[in-house]
Amino acid sequence: MTSKFRRAGSAVAIVAALGLALSACGGGSDSGSDGEGGGDTSSITFIPKNLGNPYFDASDTGGQKAAEEIGTTWKQVGPTESTPDSQVSFINTATQQRAGALVVSANDPTAIGDALEEARNAGTKVVTMDSDTEPQFRDVFVSQADAAGIAKSQVDLIAEQIGDAGEIAILSAAANATNQNEWIKLMEEELAANHPDIKLVDTVYGNDDDQTSFDKTAGLLQSHPNLKGIISPTTVGVAAAARYLSDSEYKGKVALTGLGTPNQMREYIKDGTVKSFALWDPEQLGYLSAYAADALASGDIEGKEGDTFEAGDLGEYTVGADGVIVLGEPTVFDESNIDDFDF
Amino acid sequence: MTLLSEKAAPRTYAAHARPWWQRTLMTRDTAIIALLVVVWTYASIAILNFSDPITVYFLVLDIAPILLIALPMTLIIITGEIDLSVASVVGLSSVLFGVLHREGLPMVAAMVLALLACAVAGALNGVLVTRYGLPSLAVTIGTMALFRGIAVGALGTTAITDWPDSWQDLVQARIGDSQIPLMTIPLVVLILIFAVVLHFTPFGRGIFAAGLSKDAARFSGVNVDRTKLILFTLSGLVSGLAGIYFTLRYGSARGDNATGMELQVIAAVLLGGVSIFGGRGAIPGVIAGVVLIGTIGSALRLDGLSANLIQIITGLLLIAAVIAASVLGWTGRIVGTYRRQHSSDEPSSKNSKKSE
Repeated sequence: MTSKFRRAGSAVAIVAALGLALSACGGGSDSGSDGEGGGDTSSITFIPKNLGNPYFDASDTGGQKAAEEIGTTWKQVGPTESTPDSQVSFINTATQQRAGALVVSANDPTAIGDALEEARNAGTKVVTMDSDTEPQFRDVFVSQADAAGIAKSQVDLIAEQIGDAGEIAILSAAANATNQNEWIKLMEEELAANHPDIKLVDTVYGNDDDQTSFDKTAGLLQSHPNLKGIISPTTVGVAAAARYLSDSEYKGKVALTGLGTPNQMREYIKDGTVKSFALWDPEQLGYLSAYAADALASGDIEGKEGDTFEAGDLGEYTVGADGVIVLGEPTVFDESNIDDFDF
Repeated sequence: MTLLSEKAAPRTYAAHARPWWQRTLMTRDTAIIALLVVVWTYASIAILNFSDPITVYFLVLDIAPILLIALPMTLIIITGEIDLSVASVVGLSSVLFGVLHREGLPMVAAMVLALLACAVAGALNGVLVTRYGLPSLAVTIGTMALFRGIAVGALGTTAITDWPDSWQDLVQARIGDSQIPLMTIPLVVLILIFAVVLHFTPFGRGIFAAGLSKDAARFSGVNVDRTKLILFTLSGLVSGLAGIYFTLRYGSARGDNATGMELQVIAAVLLGGVSIFGGRGAIPGVIAGVVLIGTIGSALRLDGLSANLIQIITGLLLIAAVIAASVLGWTGRIVGTYRRQHSSDEPSSKNSKKSE
């Protein structure tokens, strides 16, 4: 609480200083003072893809909970747009602060690599979460579930809802999002191998923006009149698509599934727009990432294959090949269980 | 000749009524530079880790593309025009550079071709504005969408990321053991070139003249259209250069690189004291404006604030700067009127008439 006040205080002070100097049209300049550098070497900083995304709000909750259990400082900062260059500034800031560990969900697998290297050279441990960078840029990657498992669960859900035949489309996030593109590729393979009667006719990108996703859904339904189902493997996209469907003539006729949070999707499950969707628990993902970050920062693990660490309530985890730690299988939510979850 | 010059009383100009040191120091440029010093000093004292030299390193690398584009943008805004397509040209340059590199062209050749294409893109803006007399606001909104569309279309959903390490390291290199990026040297050279061109050449005076009054400029022998065409082409070229930098710094050629940067550039230029109506502005103020916005962002991030709050504060600052500028202009006019009324015994116009 006090730190929040202090932050707000210095923000106000900066604005006040600006106002003063502007109205004075000049003003003297003090000689520069040298503040002491330093940082909290056990602190954990979360950098999500972008702010205002319910998925990352949930993973933040988990990360914060873990940090409280561990007894370390936790903070979350990030860009408003999910672009790699805006993420780089926040990574650089953590480097300057000599943060103990950084938990990043990467907006690009390589573009933020140099900034992460710079952070690691300064002694900060790097954990990627949810969306990975290339392995050489981070210590470990905490994966929500293995990509093939996600792709299969998405395809199975839509196949079940449309009777395993007909045209489907995908509403994705940003065109360069690492995880989305991998899932889409695996979904295509899964469709070709096990669901020959389902035809993927289009993939559109809503950029994880509510309005764009909403408009792209409308566009999909217009340009593909025979569309029977939509898969949106992104929380922003699936909620926007559900909102569009629930108020349109396609409600109940075009199936929708994807990766969504129970709180966002509850009303669409209740009103029959959506039958079922899946997600791992992002709160657990953040929780596990914070424990992994702390294990690295305190030197308990190095991020090598076979390293094990305790992750609080979740129990013991083992670092797999390429420094990947897998959270577990995704959960399917439908009318029967959705009220058991609150995130 | 001698008779005439003896009779002629020294000509007085309103702008030269004050001693030279006041004219040099009491300007908007000085105000913004002083503000920068105040903010920097405050941040160094109050914000943990800000005084660390690595702050300078990240700051320079972050603001470099904005600073680059702000240079031609300043000149364009002084002529009373605007170029909103700059960030899209950055994207276009990044994608062209990436595609040519992927096709196996040597780095330098890919760079030169991408830059040429961007100069052509800038010239297209210039031709539409000067030959066809279209408003630059409308033209560059159009080309903003056009160039971004080409850039995103050419690469689709992919990004080109296999860049030679030596080039990437060059962009991020430091001068010796200091925390000053090597890129500072070309940046400073470009700043000096633009400052000299704008403030110490006939071409530069033509830029101010065009912004104050297009017709008056034309009658005094300034080729306004040619000036603007050159500036738009230059803007394309420099934005292309920023695109190459952007690509190498982040090691990623993407169609959506630098989306929205045009607004950051224009905000910095206006904060730097350039009048959006044309005719007024100077390079030192603009440099201070760019550095100031970068410094505030850097300080607030170090203080743990997130992007949305930083945007709010930057926005408020910009509004405050614009209000301050117009309040200053308003009081300046009142003071000027007052002075003229109380020193009417020697009005400059009468003196100059006598001497003719």
